[in-house]
Amino acid sequence: MSISRRDFLKLAGISSLGIGFSATDLLWKNRAEAIEYMSSPKGLTAKRWAMVVDLRKFKTEEDYNRVIDICHRIHNVPDFGNLKDEVKWIWTDTFEHVFPFQKNEYLPEGVQEKKAVLFCNHCDNPPCVRVCPTKATFKRKDGIVAQDYHRCIGCRFCMAACPFGSRSFNWRDPRPFIKRLNPKFPTRTKGVVEKCNFCVERLAEGLKPACVEVSNGALTFGDLSDPNSEVRKILSTNYSIRKAELGTRPSVFYIIGGDEDA
Amino acid sequence: MYDAGKILIGLIIFLAFATFPFYSNMGKAVAKPDPKLDTPVIQQMKVKQCVESKEFMRAEHMQLLNNWRDAALRRGERLYKGSDGRITEISFQNQCLRCHSNKKKFCDECHSYAAVKPYCWDCHIAPKEANNEH
Ligand code: SF4
Ligand code: SF4
Repeated sequence: MSISRRDFLKLAGISSLGIGFSATDLLWKNRAEAIEYMSSPKGLTAKRWAMVVDLRKFKTEEDYNRVIDICHRIHNVPDFGNLKDEVKWIWTDTFEHVFPFQKNEYLPEGVQEKKAVLFCNHCDNPPCVRVCPTKATFKRKDGIVAQDYHRCIGCRFCMAACPFGSRSFNWRDPRPFIKRLNPKFPTRTKGVVEKCNFCVERLAEGLKPACVEVSNGALTFGDLSDPNSEVRKILSTNYSIRKAELGTRPSVFYIIGGDEDA
Repeated sequence: MYDAGKILIGLIIFLAFATFPFYSNMGKAVAKPDPKLDTPVIQQMKVKQCVESKEFMRAEHMQLLNNWRDAALRRGERLYKGSDGRITEISFQNQCLRCHSNKKKFCDECHSYAAVKPYCWDCHIAPKEANNEH
């Protein structure tokens, strides 16, 4: 029996369908009905996580270093020892740089000299998410702008899109530049971008972000959509500003002056 | 045929190169991979059972790990209820590697045999083993 080229192609097409139903598919099907993915009941949840930074409570250099050190230590953030390669999740900058539109020479003494603490603003309208070609950067249901390092191809579009410099690129292998590895958390690898994750891994365990925990009340974390949350209480009794000029709707608020209500 | 001699010599040289991997390995039996389960944590378990059956894990662990990653990272769902109803926390580094703390004798055993180089270890920290640098 001879078979025409046309018939052969038809046959090949039909039989290739069968490949879809292979033995490994059966392995999956048999268990597919039973398995389930769930959130942990002990995890903290919110509609929109937010942070309030009370700059009045940052008084000494130590107050700044404490929050920075804990974050970089538990998240295995490398220290390359030079500004060019710098990788940071949380850092400080001058008042003038952080709030360029708020600067004026008649502000009360001490305000403009004060450094501000910065991290990713977990914007409600995040440009970094919009530009990421692989959806490595994405916004979670609770407002956290997260990043899947497995998917990051290192194109750095997100770095160009973020107006706040919240993102760092690993130009080199970070492993040798991490002084003390935290064995509970992964490192990153050469060629990926990284940034603050609002401590999602801690929230899942029912813990507040690490920087908040060591800040002696200078940082407050909570649900912006809940009128009774701690952050909303602070925001309704203090004058706060955020880096809102560019329309990204940041979830980080700053209290820079006025009486301390403690 | 023009230049039959040259062509034949060329063919022989080509065949010699193309088949080199086969005859150079002929007769040499490569030891079958033999992943070890004798870690302290596994030895203490009453029922020595991973999150799914051995057969499933053997064939499909890579797909399962991908699903775990997406569930935990993207959907924030960090608990996995397996087909036998047991619930496990989803974490490669803190759960999988807690039992399988012997990367060299467990992971590498088959990965090396199959010549696959998964990139897990670029970021995930392997447990400390005796005579294991990473
Ligand atoms: S601060 Fe930058 S990195 Fe963070 S969500 Fe906003 S745009 Fe993205
Ligand atoms: S560098 Fe990574 S996270 Fe940033 S846009 Fe490119 S793929 Fe997305």
